[in-house]
Amino acid sequence: MFRPVSAPDRSMDSAERIRLKTRIFTVIVVLSNALGNLFLTLGLKRWGGELALSPFSYVRAIFHPLVGLGVLLLVLWLLSRMTLLSWADLSYVLPVTAVGYVLSALFGHWFLDEQITTQRWAGTLLIVAGIALVGRTAVRTTE
Amino acid sequence: MTWLLVALVVGCTVLGDLLQSLEMKRHGEIRDFAPSGIRRHIAALASRKFLILAVCFMAVSFFAFMKLVTVADLSFAVPATAASVVLETILAKIVLKERVTGMRWAGACLVAFGVALLAQ
Repeated sequence: MFRPVSAPDRSMDSAERIRLKTRIFTVIVVLSNALGNLFLTLGLKRWGGELALSPFSYVRAIFHPLVGLGVLLLVLWLLSRMTLLSWADLSYVLPVTAVGYVLSALFGHWFLDEQITTQRWAGTLLIVAGIALVGRTAVRTTE
Repeated sequence: MTWLLVALVVGCTVLGDLLQSLEMKRHGEIRDFAPSGIRRHIAALASRKFLILAVCFMAVSFFAFMKLVTVADLSFAVPATAASVVLETILAKIVLKERVTGMRWAGACLVAFGVALLAQ
């Protein structure tokens, strides 16, 4: 026999749904941003042209396959972040998506031969600690 | 030139994020991810003036960032533009009226310090 869901049950269900949606969209936002930045940088380095103040040089650069892929991933980043911001606070979204900075540093090290010093590892640990703290707060604090 | 580009990226990112968050809060939670629902959301969002302005700020920020990564390392460019985290947390409290608890402040500050270390 089905019974009507009581108000507290509904509210718990809603909180759980928001938490799950937030986790999924946070992963999409972080990966699309870090991979987008990586492909953009790789593409611009391989394209080899000079980016002038004229918008035409940017349009020419976008036709390089890697730059184009980077731009597409950054469009996905923009749309998924807008979606996340439709229910989550800006002061929540900013720190929890900061793991993208760590990924960018790692990608720079693996694919662009950039150095990761002890100081950068310390920075990474601080970012992860900050994310852990903010991740324990409410996703939304406004009506 | 490098720091001028960093300032342009940070300024436009802060303004773009604030306006974007303001309009998305006004629009309300997106729940319908079916193609028809997505079309409906895009149509509704396309008429919001602050959101269009936010996208313009983000476009300027994006092109300035593109120029920045051609004159600096990616591992400098990304963290250096992250000065916006603390600035945006302050403005989220003042402008968007978000309740920024002690734990959230501590987290934002740790992230900002961490990003500063990454930029060295």
